[in-house]
Amino acid sequence: MVELALPKNSRIKTGKTWPKPEGATNLRKFQVYRWNPDDGENPRVDTYWVDMDTCGPMVLDALIKIKNEIDPTLTFRRSCREGICGSCAMNIDGINTLACIYGMDEIKGDVKIYPLPHMPVVKDLIPDLTHFYAQHASIMPWLETKTQRPEHEWRQSIEDRKKLDGLYECVMCASCSTSCPSYWWNGDRYLGPAALLHAYRWIIDSRDEATGERLDDLEDPFKLYRCHTIMNCAKTCPKGLNPAKAIAEIKKMMVERQL
Amino acid sequence: MQYMTDRKRVEGLGSAHTGTHHFWTMTVTSVALLVLLPFFLAIVGPLLGASHDEVVASLGRPLPALIVAAFLVVGMHHFRLGVTTLIEDYVGGLSRKIWIIAMTIVSYGLAAAGIVALAQIAL
Repeated sequence: MVELALPKNSRIKTGKTWPKPEGATNLRKFQVYRWNPDDGENPRVDTYWVDMDTCGPMVLDALIKIKNEIDPTLTFRRSCREGICGSCAMNIDGINTLACIYGMDEIKGDVKIYPLPHMPVVKDLIPDLTHFYAQHASIMPWLETKTQRPEHEWRQSIEDRKKLDGLYECVMCASCSTSCPSYWWNGDRYLGPAALLHAYRWIIDSRDEATGERLDDLEDPFKLYRCHTIMNCAKTCPKGLNPAKAIAEIKKMMVERQL
Repeated sequence: MQYMTDRKRVEGLGSAHTGTHHFWTMTVTSVALLVLLPFFLAIVGPLLGASHDEVVASLGRPLPALIVAAFLVVGMHHFRLGVTTLIEDYVGGLSRKIWIIAMTIVSYGLAAAGIVALAQIAL
């Protein structure tokens, strides 16, 4: 249900301004959300100054530099540093994206970094994605078959394989779901764009034999029909995918099997 | 605090196996309104600021009365479906059910009032 104000213990205060690195001439200001569950304090925004002459071009490079050289307590997830693992999703300059593939040259002014919106925070820039992952698991993200397993692989034509393009590339970073107002207000029941994109990926897989059951599971005013084609998901997806289109295709199939 | 697995929370009460009828009806009534709206505006638009006799004379003819009646019925049905979605989005618990009942009464009440008024003019 919609909540218009943050709870008292979530209101963000001005945090510490860390000293500028000595001798640096090309400085950039970073404002980073901080919250530590152990100190009982409200969240705060700390200010860091990063020497851009000795920093890589991506936002993740700057975060790693801050952690290594200024403040080792800054906490964030990262792994592949090339947009494949989806770990470093966060809200940068007002957009949910992957820090590792978001260039600092795309940002005007100060670099403002927050965790993904409307999710419980574990610490600093780390959101709790437990519910998000459970939603993904609920759509059965695997091949379901009833025919006896063939001796070799399940065969698929080139044309049918092409239908999975634009879907299989999703790295489950949660940027789309956490940018969706419907997911903010009803994320407990609405599956969200990421889970629904994955659902569609299996629904249209020519080898999958559980299409009807998959559609049955999704036919629900909240699980599927909370999508109002706001399109934030497609706008924010760091991989350039279009979950809104996948959801629209599911809705078309729902109508198709009734008329 | 409830001790539930994450999967149990997501599964909830399971799928309602409904929603498509609502979605399709919204689509159908949208198309109907798209067709009816220009005719409705062509009939009602010139009547803005007109005298009572002129309005009665215009809406007393069968075809304009039919189009205005159709617009009222389809429009209010579409409104009810839309406002139900809105309430589901933003209101929870018992309030959700009360608001949906209230807005259903308002929607069909307005449609009925319009039809009665139109019937008194046209018949």
